Amino acid sequence: MDNAEIETVIVTELTTITNGAAGITAETNIVRDLSLDSLAVMDLVMALEDHFDISIPLDRIAETETVTQLAGVVQSLQTEVEA
Amino acid sequence: MGILDKFKDLRSAYDDVKSAGSDPFSVRFDKILSPTEGIVAGKKTILLGTNNYLGLTFDKQSVETAVTALRENGTGTTGSRIANGSYGWHARLERDLAAFFGRKHAMMFTTGYQANLGIIATLAGRDDHLVIDADSHACIYDACKLTPAPVTRFKHNDPDDLRTRLRRLKNKGGNVIVVTEGIFSMLGDKAPLKEIVEVTKEFGAYLIVDEAHSMGVLGKHGRGLAEECGVEDDVDFIVGTFSKSLGAIGGFCVSNIDDFDLLKVACRPYMFTASLPSSVVASVVTSLEKVKNGELLREKLMGNARRLYDGMAAAGFSVGPDASPVVAVQLPSPEMAIAFWNALLNEGLYVNLALPPATPANMCLLRSSVSAAHSHEQIDQAIALFTKIGLAFGVIEPERIASFG
Repeated sequence: MDNAEIETVIVTELTTITNGAAGITAETNIVRDLSLDSLAVMDLVMALEDHFDISIPLDRIAETETVTQLAGVVQSLQTEVEA
Repeated sequence: MGILDKFKDLRSAYDDVKSAGSDPFSVRFDKILSPTEGIVAGKKTILLGTNNYLGLTFDKQSVETAVTALRENGTGTTGSRIANGSYGWHARLERDLAAFFGRKHAMMFTTGYQANLGIIATLAGRDDHLVIDADSHACIYDACKLTPAPVTRFKHNDPDDLRTRLRRLKNKGGNVIVVTEGIFSMLGDKAPLKEIVEVTKEFGAYLIVDEAHSMGVLGKHGRGLAEECGVEDDVDFIVGTFSKSLGAIGGFCVSNIDDFDLLKVACRPYMFTASLPSSVVASVVTSLEKVKNGELLREKLMGNARRLYDGMAAAGFSVGPDASPVVAVQLPSPEMAIAFWNALLNEGLYVNLALPPATPANMCLLRSSVSAAHSHEQIDQAIALFTKIGLAFGVIEPERIASFG
Protein backbone atom coordinates (compact mmCIF):
# COMPACT_ATOMS: atom_id res chain seq x y z
CA MET A 1 0.00 0.00 0.00
CA ASP A 2 1.45 3.38 -0.90
CA ASN A 3 1.69 6.38 1.37
CA ALA A 4 -1.32 8.18 -0.12
CA GLU A 5 -3.61 5.20 0.51
CA ILE A 6 -2.40 4.93 4.11
CA GLU A 7 -2.97 8.66 4.58
CA THR A 8 -6.54 8.25 3.36
CA VAL A 9 -7.16 5.53 5.96
CA ILE A 10 -5.67 7.69 8.73
CA VAL A 11 -7.81 10.68 7.71
CA THR A 12 -10.91 8.47 7.78
CA GLU A 13 -10.05 7.13 11.26
CA LEU A 14 -9.32 10.65 12.50
CA THR A 15 -12.64 11.90 11.16
CA THR A 16 -14.40 9.15 13.14
CA ILE A 17 -12.45 9.84 16.34
CA THR A 18 -13.12 13.59 16.16
CA ASN A 19 -16.82 13.03 15.41
CA GLY A 20 -16.51 14.35 11.90
CA ALA A 21 -13.98 17.19 12.12
CA ALA A 22 -13.72 18.79 8.68
CA GLY A 23 -10.61 19.70 6.74
CA ILE A 24 -8.26 16.94 7.90
CA THR A 25 -5.46 16.57 5.37
CA ALA A 26 -2.05 14.93 5.06
CA GLU A 27 -0.50 18.03 6.61
CA THR A 28 -2.80 18.11 9.63
CA ASN A 29 -0.91 18.09 12.93
CA ILE A 30 -2.73 15.34 14.78
CA VAL A 31 -2.29 16.59 18.34
CA ARG A 32 -2.13 20.36 17.84
CA ASP A 33 -4.72 20.92 15.09
CA LEU A 34 -7.25 18.39 16.33
CA SER A 35 -6.73 18.88 20.09
CA LEU A 36 -6.48 15.12 20.59
CA ASP A 37 -5.32 14.06 24.04
CA SER A 38 -2.80 11.25 24.54
CA LEU A 39 -5.54 8.66 25.10
CA ALA A 40 -7.29 9.56 21.84
CA VAL A 41 -3.98 9.22 20.00
CA MET A 42 -3.46 5.78 21.55
CA ASP A 43 -6.96 4.76 20.48
CA LEU A 44 -6.17 5.94 16.95
CA VAL A 45 -3.08 3.73 17.03
CA MET A 46 -5.18 0.71 18.03
CA ALA A 47 -7.60 1.36 15.18
CA LEU A 48 -4.71 1.60 12.70
CA GLU A 49 -3.15 -1.58 14.09
CA ASP A 50 -6.38 -3.42 13.38
CA HIS A 51 -6.89 -1.87 9.96
CA PHE A 52 -3.39 -2.73 8.72
CA ASP A 53 -2.92 -5.85 10.90
CA ILE A 54 0.39 -4.59 12.26
CA SER A 55 1.80 -3.79 15.68
CA ILE A 56 2.57 -0.09 16.22
CA PRO A 57 4.68 0.35 19.38
CA LEU A 58 3.71 3.48 21.34
CA ASP A 59 7.23 4.91 21.12
CA ARG A 60 7.10 4.83 17.31
CA ILE A 61 4.33 7.43 17.28
CA ALA A 62 5.89 9.69 19.92
CA GLU A 63 7.83 11.61 17.29
CA THR A 64 5.14 11.79 14.65
CA GLU A 65 3.11 14.98 14.34
CA THR A 66 1.38 15.01 10.97
CA VAL A 67 -0.79 12.51 9.14
CA THR A 68 2.00 12.09 6.56
CA GLN A 69 4.56 11.24 9.23
CA LEU A 70 2.23 8.71 10.84
CA ALA A 71 1.58 7.16 7.41
CA GLY A 72 5.35 6.85 7.01
CA VAL A 73 5.58 4.89 10.27
CA VAL A 74 2.73 2.59 9.21
CA GLN A 75 4.40 1.98 5.86
CA SER A 76 7.77 1.13 7.38
CA LEU A 77 6.12 -1.25 9.87
CA GLN A 78 4.27 -2.93 6.99
CA THR A 79 7.57 -3.41 5.20
CA GLU A 80 9.06 -4.98 8.35
CA VAL A 81 6.17 -7.47 8.47
CA GLU A 82 6.64 -8.44 4.84
CA ALA A 83 10.43 -8.71 5.16
CA MET B 1 8.13 31.80 28.46
CA GLY B 2 7.69 30.49 32.02
CA ILE B 3 8.73 26.97 32.94
CA LEU B 4 5.16 26.00 33.88
CA ASP B 5 3.46 27.67 30.87
CA LYS B 6 3.10 24.27 29.25
CA PHE B 7 0.47 23.48 31.87
CA LYS B 8 -1.79 26.40 31.08
CA ASP B 9 -4.60 24.10 29.94
CA LEU B 10 -4.25 22.23 33.21
CA ARG B 11 -4.38 25.54 35.09
CA SER B 12 -7.71 26.50 33.58
CA ALA B 13 -9.16 23.00 34.12
CA TYR B 14 -7.96 22.99 37.74
CA ASP B 15 -9.33 26.49 38.36
CA ASP B 16 -12.70 25.41 36.93
CA VAL B 17 -12.85 22.45 39.30
CA LYS B 18 -11.91 24.56 42.33
CA SER B 19 -14.34 27.36 41.50
CA ALA B 20 -17.30 25.01 42.03
CA GLY B 21 -16.64 24.68 45.77
CA SER B 22 -14.12 22.55 47.64
CA ASP B 23 -10.94 21.43 45.90
CA PRO B 24 -11.47 17.69 45.26
CA PHE B 25 -7.75 17.19 44.73
CA SER B 26 -6.74 18.46 48.17
CA VAL B 27 -9.49 17.52 50.57
CA ARG B 28 -8.31 17.98 54.15
CA PHE B 29 -9.46 15.66 56.90
CA ASP B 30 -9.25 17.58 60.17
CA LYS B 31 -9.49 14.29 62.01
CA ILE B 32 -9.91 10.65 61.09
CA LEU B 33 -12.29 9.10 63.60
CA SER B 34 -12.30 5.52 62.32
CA PRO B 35 -11.81 3.61 59.03
CA THR B 36 -15.21 4.94 57.93
CA GLU B 37 -15.59 8.37 59.52
CA GLY B 38 -13.70 11.63 59.61
CA ILE B 39 -14.15 15.36 60.17
CA VAL B 40 -14.11 17.54 57.05
CA ALA B 41 -14.59 21.30 57.41
CA GLY B 42 -15.89 20.75 60.94
CA LYS B 43 -18.50 18.20 59.79
CA LYS B 44 -18.67 14.51 60.61
CA THR B 45 -18.32 12.78 57.26
CA ILE B 46 -18.73 9.19 56.07
CA LEU B 47 -15.56 8.08 54.30
CA LEU B 48 -16.58 6.14 51.20
CA GLY B 49 -13.51 6.78 49.07
CA THR B 50 -10.50 5.48 50.96
CA ASN B 51 -9.74 2.01 49.45
CA ASN B 52 -9.68 0.80 53.05
CA TYR B 53 -11.34 -2.44 51.95
CA LEU B 54 -10.95 -4.46 55.14
CA GLY B 55 -10.98 -1.47 57.49
CA LEU B 56 -7.63 -2.40 59.04
CA THR B 57 -6.13 1.11 59.41
CA PHE B 58 -7.08 1.22 63.09
CA ASP B 59 -6.63 -2.47 63.83
CA LYS B 60 -5.50 -2.53 67.44
CA GLN B 61 -2.91 -5.24 67.04
CA SER B 62 -1.41 -3.68 63.89
CA VAL B 63 -1.18 -0.30 65.61
CA GLU B 64 0.48 -1.83 68.70
CA THR B 65 3.03 -3.79 66.63
CA ALA B 66 3.82 -0.62 64.68
CA VAL B 67 4.29 1.41 67.87
CA THR B 68 6.64 -1.20 69.33
CA ALA B 69 8.66 -1.36 66.08
CA LEU B 70 8.77 2.44 65.99
CA ARG B 71 10.21 2.58 69.52
CA GLU B 72 12.68 -0.21 68.85
CA ASN B 73 13.90 0.84 65.38
CA GLY B 74 13.28 4.56 65.16
CA THR B 75 11.30 6.72 62.77
CA GLY B 76 12.96 5.83 59.47
CA THR B 77 15.57 3.71 57.72
CA THR B 78 17.28 6.79 56.27
CA GLY B 79 18.31 4.98 53.13
CA SER B 80 17.85 2.25 50.55
CA ARG B 81 18.20 -1.44 51.26
CA ILE B 82 21.07 -2.02 48.84
CA ALA B 83 23.17 0.86 50.16
CA ASN B 84 22.04 1.20 53.74
CA GLY B 85 20.92 -2.27 54.72
CA SER B 86 17.71 -4.11 55.53
CA TYR B 87 15.99 -4.42 58.89
CA GLY B 88 14.61 -7.56 60.44
CA TRP B 89 11.06 -6.50 59.64
CA HIS B 90 11.85 -6.21 55.90
CA ALA B 91 13.09 -9.79 55.76
CA ARG B 92 10.16 -10.98 57.86
CA LEU B 93 7.52 -9.38 55.63
CA GLU B 94 9.11 -10.71 52.44
CA ARG B 95 9.12 -14.19 53.96
CA ASP B 96 5.49 -13.81 55.04
CA LEU B 97 4.39 -12.48 51.64
CA ALA B 98 6.03 -15.37 49.79
CA ALA B 99 4.36 -17.82 52.18
CA PHE B 100 0.98 -16.07 51.89
CA PHE B 101 1.02 -16.38 48.10
CA GLY B 102 2.68 -19.81 48.14
CA ARG B 103 5.61 -18.51 46.08
CA LYS B 104 9.34 -18.91 46.38
CA HIS B 105 10.23 -15.23 46.20
CA ALA B 106 9.01 -11.82 47.29
CA MET B 107 10.39 -8.31 47.22
CA MET B 108 8.89 -5.16 48.63
CA PHE B 109 8.84 -1.59 47.41
CA THR B 110 8.24 1.73 49.13
CA THR B 111 4.95 2.27 47.28
CA GLY B 112 2.66 0.24 45.05
CA TYR B 113 3.38 2.69 42.24
CA GLN B 114 7.06 1.89 42.47
CA ALA B 115 6.35 -1.84 42.51
CA ASN B 116 4.70 -1.72 39.09
CA LEU B 117 7.15 0.83 37.79
CA GLY B 118 10.10 -1.28 38.91
CA ILE B 119 8.94 -4.76 38.01
CA ILE B 120 7.51 -3.96 34.58
CA ALA B 121 10.33 -1.67 33.50
CA THR B 122 13.02 -4.09 34.68
CA LEU B 123 11.50 -7.25 33.21
CA ALA B 124 10.92 -5.73 29.78
CA GLY B 125 14.27 -5.32 28.04
CA ARG B 126 15.09 -3.78 24.67
CA ASP B 127 14.27 -6.89 22.64
CA ASP B 128 11.13 -7.81 24.58
CA HIS B 129 7.54 -6.69 24.01
CA LEU B 130 5.11 -5.29 26.55
CA VAL B 131 1.41 -5.75 25.92
CA ILE B 132 -0.82 -3.93 28.40
CA ASP B 133 -4.57 -3.60 28.96
CA ALA B 134 -5.68 -0.26 27.51
CA ASP B 135 -7.30 0.78 30.81
CA SER B 136 -4.18 0.12 32.88
CA HIS B 137 -3.37 2.29 35.89
CA ALA B 138 -1.07 5.29 35.44
CA CYS B 139 1.85 3.47 37.12
CA ILE B 140 1.74 0.79 34.41
CA TYR B 141 1.78 3.47 31.72
CA ASP B 142 4.65 5.20 33.49
CA ALA B 143 6.55 1.90 33.57
CA CYS B 144 6.10 1.80 29.80
CA LYS B 145 7.89 5.12 29.54
CA LEU B 146 10.80 3.75 31.56
CA THR B 147 11.35 0.59 29.56
CA PRO B 148 13.22 0.37 26.26
CA ALA B 149 10.79 -2.35 25.10
CA PRO B 150 8.13 -1.56 22.49
CA VAL B 151 4.68 -1.26 24.05
CA THR B 152 1.32 -2.15 22.53
CA ARG B 153 -2.11 -2.08 24.13
CA PHE B 154 -4.98 -4.53 23.93
CA LYS B 155 -8.65 -3.59 24.24
CA HIS B 156 -9.77 -3.48 27.85
CA ASN B 157 -10.64 -6.95 29.20
CA ASP B 158 -10.76 -8.43 25.68
CA PRO B 159 -8.88 -11.77 25.42
CA ASP B 160 -9.63 -12.08 21.68
CA ASP B 161 -8.10 -8.70 21.04
CA LEU B 162 -5.09 -9.74 23.14
CA ARG B 163 -4.76 -12.84 20.93
CA THR B 164 -4.76 -10.70 17.77
CA ARG B 165 -2.06 -8.45 19.19
CA LEU B 166 0.10 -11.34 20.41
CA ARG B 167 -0.19 -12.98 16.98
CA ARG B 168 1.23 -9.82 15.37
CA LEU B 169 4.26 -10.05 17.67
CA LYS B 170 4.82 -13.75 16.98
CA ASN B 171 7.96 -13.62 14.85
CA LYS B 172 9.47 -10.49 16.31
CA GLY B 173 11.78 -12.27 18.78
CA GLY B 174 12.30 -11.49 22.47
CA ASN B 175 9.98 -12.28 25.36
CA VAL B 176 6.43 -11.01 25.44
CA ILE B 177 5.05 -9.72 28.74
CA VAL B 178 1.32 -9.23 29.22
CA VAL B 179 0.09 -6.91 31.99
CA THR B 180 -3.39 -6.72 33.45
CA GLU B 181 -5.08 -5.96 36.77
CA GLY B 182 -7.26 -7.92 39.21
CA ILE B 183 -9.87 -5.26 39.85
CA PHE B 184 -9.62 -2.09 37.78
CA SER B 185 -9.53 0.93 40.04
CA MET B 186 -11.93 3.22 38.24
CA LEU B 187 -14.97 1.07 37.37
CA GLY B 188 -14.32 -1.83 39.72
CA ASP B 189 -14.52 -4.41 36.92
CA LYS B 190 -12.44 -7.61 37.00
CA ALA B 191 -10.16 -8.97 34.30
CA PRO B 192 -11.34 -12.18 32.57
CA LEU B 193 -8.21 -13.78 33.97
CA LYS B 194 -8.88 -17.38 33.01
CA GLU B 195 -9.20 -16.44 29.35
CA ILE B 196 -6.25 -14.06 29.49
CA VAL B 197 -4.13 -16.85 31.00
CA GLU B 198 -5.16 -19.19 28.16
CA VAL B 199 -4.17 -16.68 25.47
CA THR B 200 -0.93 -15.81 27.24
CA LYS B 201 0.01 -19.49 27.50
CA GLU B 202 -0.92 -20.11 23.87
CA PHE B 203 1.77 -17.64 22.83
CA GLY B 204 4.30 -18.54 25.52
CA ALA B 205 4.14 -15.04 26.99
CA TYR B 206 4.77 -14.03 30.60
CA LEU B 207 1.91 -12.64 32.68
CA ILE B 208 2.00 -9.91 35.33
CA VAL B 209 -1.19 -9.25 37.31
CA ASP B 210 -1.54 -6.17 39.48
CA GLU B 211 -3.74 -7.22 42.40
CA ALA B 212 -3.66 -3.79 44.10
CA HIS B 213 -7.44 -3.60 44.50
CA SER B 214 -8.12 -7.35 44.69
CA MET B 215 -5.61 -8.66 47.24
CA GLY B 216 -7.41 -9.31 50.51
CA VAL B 217 -10.67 -8.73 48.65
CA LEU B 218 -11.04 -11.66 46.23
CA GLY B 219 -10.33 -15.37 46.68
CA LYS B 220 -11.18 -17.56 49.65
CA HIS B 221 -7.85 -16.75 51.28
CA GLY B 222 -7.61 -13.20 49.97
CA ARG B 223 -4.93 -13.91 47.38
CA GLY B 224 -6.82 -11.95 44.77
CA LEU B 225 -8.35 -12.58 41.36
CA ALA B 226 -5.77 -15.23 40.44
CA GLU B 227 -6.94 -17.29 43.42
CA GLU B 228 -10.59 -16.66 42.66
CA CYS B 229 -10.11 -17.81 39.04
CA GLY B 230 -7.92 -20.78 40.05
CA VAL B 231 -5.01 -19.68 37.83
CA GLU B 232 -2.31 -18.79 40.36
CA ASP B 233 0.19 -21.24 38.85
CA ASP B 234 -0.10 -19.51 35.48
CA VAL B 235 0.50 -15.97 36.70
CA ASP B 236 4.26 -15.40 36.61
CA PHE B 237 4.37 -12.24 38.68
CA ILE B 238 1.85 -10.82 41.12
CA VAL B 239 2.27 -7.17 42.02
CA GLY B 240 0.34 -5.50 44.81
CA THR B 241 0.18 -2.82 47.44
CA PHE B 242 0.06 -2.47 51.22
CA SER B 243 -1.95 0.75 50.96
CA LYS B 244 -5.41 -0.69 50.42
CA SER B 245 -6.61 -3.88 52.13
CA LEU B 246 -3.46 -3.92 54.31
CA GLY B 247 -4.10 -0.38 55.54
CA ALA B 248 -0.55 1.03 55.34
CA ILE B 249 1.78 1.96 52.47
CA GLY B 250 4.20 0.04 50.28
CA GLY B 251 4.22 -2.36 47.35
CA PHE B 252 5.45 -5.84 46.52
CA CYS B 253 6.02 -8.48 43.87
CA VAL B 254 5.94 -12.27 44.35
CA SER B 255 7.00 -14.95 41.89
CA ASN B 256 8.36 -18.46 41.49
CA ILE B 257 10.75 -17.50 38.73
CA ASP B 258 14.39 -18.59 38.96
CA ASP B 259 17.00 -15.91 39.64
CA PHE B 260 14.35 -13.59 41.14
CA ASP B 261 17.04 -12.26 43.51
CA LEU B 262 18.68 -10.54 40.53
CA LEU B 263 15.79 -8.08 40.48
CA LYS B 264 17.03 -6.70 43.80
CA VAL B 265 20.23 -5.56 42.10
CA ALA B 266 18.73 -4.63 38.74
CA CYS B 267 15.46 -2.87 39.57
CA ARG B 268 16.15 0.84 39.92
CA PRO B 269 12.88 1.91 41.63
CA TYR B 270 13.79 -0.69 44.30
CA MET B 271 17.47 0.18 44.55
CA PHE B 272 17.54 3.94 44.55
CA THR B 273 14.89 4.96 47.02
CA ALA B 274 14.61 4.78 50.81
CA SER B 275 13.04 1.64 52.25
CA LEU B 276 9.89 1.58 54.37
CA PRO B 277 10.29 2.31 58.08
CA SER B 278 9.98 -0.67 60.46
CA SER B 279 6.77 0.67 61.99
CA VAL B 280 4.96 0.50 58.65
CA VAL B 281 6.37 -2.93 57.80
CA ALA B 282 5.47 -4.30 61.23
CA SER B 283 1.86 -3.15 60.84
CA VAL B 284 1.70 -4.86 57.43
CA VAL B 285 3.05 -8.12 58.89
CA THR B 286 0.23 -8.04 61.44
CA SER B 287 -2.43 -6.98 58.94
CA LEU B 288 -1.35 -9.72 56.53
CA GLU B 289 -2.29 -12.27 59.19
CA LYS B 290 -5.74 -10.65 59.40
CA VAL B 291 -6.07 -10.79 55.62
CA LYS B 292 -5.09 -14.45 55.62
CA ASN B 293 -7.74 -15.27 58.21
CA GLY B 294 -10.14 -12.66 56.90
CA GLU B 295 -12.88 -14.78 55.39
CA LEU B 296 -15.52 -13.11 57.56
CA LEU B 297 -14.18 -9.65 56.72
CA ARG B 298 -14.35 -10.51 53.01
CA GLU B 299 -17.93 -11.75 53.37
CA LYS B 300 -18.87 -8.51 55.11
CA LEU B 301 -17.04 -6.48 52.45
CA MET B 302 -18.76 -8.20 49.55
CA GLY B 303 -22.13 -7.89 51.31
CA ASN B 304 -21.55 -4.14 51.66
CA ALA B 305 -20.32 -3.88 48.07
CA ARG B 306 -23.40 -5.68 46.76
CA ARG B 307 -25.65 -3.49 48.94
CA LEU B 308 -24.16 -0.27 47.57
CA TYR B 309 -23.96 -1.48 43.95
CA ASP B 310 -27.56 -2.77 43.93
CA GLY B 311 -28.80 0.33 45.73
CA MET B 312 -27.20 2.68 43.20
CA ALA B 313 -28.40 0.61 40.25
CA ALA B 314 -31.94 0.45 41.68
CA ALA B 315 -31.94 4.22 42.11
CA GLY B 316 -31.29 4.47 38.39
CA PHE B 317 -27.60 5.40 38.39
CA SER B 318 -25.30 4.08 35.72
CA VAL B 319 -22.73 1.86 37.48
CA GLY B 320 -19.84 -0.42 36.35
CA PRO B 321 -20.29 -3.94 34.95
CA ASP B 322 -19.40 -5.92 38.12
CA ALA B 323 -20.52 -5.58 41.73
CA SER B 324 -17.21 -5.09 43.52
CA PRO B 325 -15.93 -2.93 46.39
CA VAL B 326 -15.30 -0.19 43.82
CA VAL B 327 -18.67 1.28 42.84
CA ALA B 328 -18.46 4.05 40.26
CA VAL B 329 -21.45 6.16 39.29
CA GLN B 330 -21.20 7.66 35.84
CA LEU B 331 -22.34 11.25 35.32
CA PRO B 332 -22.92 13.09 32.03
CA SER B 333 -20.39 15.94 32.32
CA PRO B 334 -17.41 17.14 34.37
CA GLU B 335 -19.45 20.13 35.58
CA MET B 336 -22.22 17.86 36.83
CA ALA B 337 -19.73 15.47 38.45
CA ILE B 338 -17.96 18.33 40.24
CA ALA B 339 -21.21 19.87 41.49
CA PHE B 340 -22.52 16.45 42.57
CA TRP B 341 -19.27 15.70 44.41
CA ASN B 342 -19.48 19.04 46.28
CA ALA B 343 -23.12 18.46 47.20
CA LEU B 344 -22.25 15.03 48.64
CA LEU B 345 -19.36 16.45 50.67
CA ASN B 346 -21.57 19.24 52.02
CA GLU B 347 -24.03 16.57 53.15
CA GLY B 348 -21.27 14.61 54.91
CA LEU B 349 -20.30 11.96 52.37
CA TYR B 350 -16.81 11.72 50.94
CA VAL B 351 -16.28 9.85 47.65
CA ASN B 352 -13.68 10.25 44.88
CA LEU B 353 -14.13 12.49 41.88
CA ALA B 354 -12.56 10.97 38.76
CA LEU B 355 -12.41 12.98 35.56
CA PRO B 356 -10.86 12.50 32.11
CA PRO B 357 -8.09 11.78 31.21
CA ALA B 358 -7.72 9.64 34.38
CA THR B 359 -10.84 7.64 33.47
CA PRO B 360 -11.65 5.05 30.80
CA ALA B 361 -13.54 6.30 27.73
CA ASN B 362 -13.49 9.89 29.06
CA MET B 363 -16.11 9.07 31.69
CA CYS B 364 -16.93 11.42 34.58
CA LEU B 365 -17.18 9.29 37.68
CA LEU B 366 -18.06 9.52 41.34
CA ARG B 367 -16.11 6.60 42.69
CA SER B 368 -16.94 4.93 45.98
CA SER B 369 -14.82 2.30 47.66
CA VAL B 370 -16.60 0.13 50.19
CA SER B 371 -15.08 -1.19 53.40
CA ALA B 372 -15.91 -4.22 55.53
CA ALA B 373 -16.00 -1.67 58.34
CA HIS B 374 -18.98 0.23 56.91
CA SER B 375 -22.28 -0.40 58.67
CA HIS B 376 -25.44 -1.09 56.69
CA GLU B 377 -26.72 2.25 57.96
CA GLN B 378 -23.74 4.07 56.44
CA ILE B 379 -24.20 2.33 53.09
CA ASP B 380 -27.93 3.11 53.10
CA GLN B 381 -27.24 6.71 54.02
CA ALA B 382 -24.81 6.97 51.11
CA ILE B 383 -27.44 5.60 48.70
CA ALA B 384 -30.05 7.98 50.13
CA LEU B 385 -27.74 10.99 49.69
CA PHE B 386 -26.82 9.98 46.14
CA THR B 387 -30.52 9.54 45.35
CA LYS B 388 -31.53 12.87 46.89
CA ILE B 389 -28.87 14.81 45.00
CA GLY B 390 -29.36 12.75 41.82
CA LEU B 391 -33.05 13.69 41.81
CA ALA B 392 -32.31 17.35 42.56
CA PHE B 393 -29.81 17.46 39.69
CA GLY B 394 -32.06 15.54 37.32
CA VAL B 395 -29.52 12.73 36.90
CA ILE B 396 -32.11 10.13 37.86
CA GLU B 397 -35.88 10.20 37.49
CA PRO B 398 -38.29 9.58 40.39
CA GLU B 399 -40.45 7.08 38.46
CA ARG B 400 -37.45 4.94 37.56
CA ILE B 401 -36.26 4.33 41.11
CA ALA B 402 -36.79 0.59 41.52
CA SER B 403 -36.86 -0.50 45.12
CA PHE B 404 -34.94 1.89 47.26
CA GLY B 405 -36.79 4.37 49.39
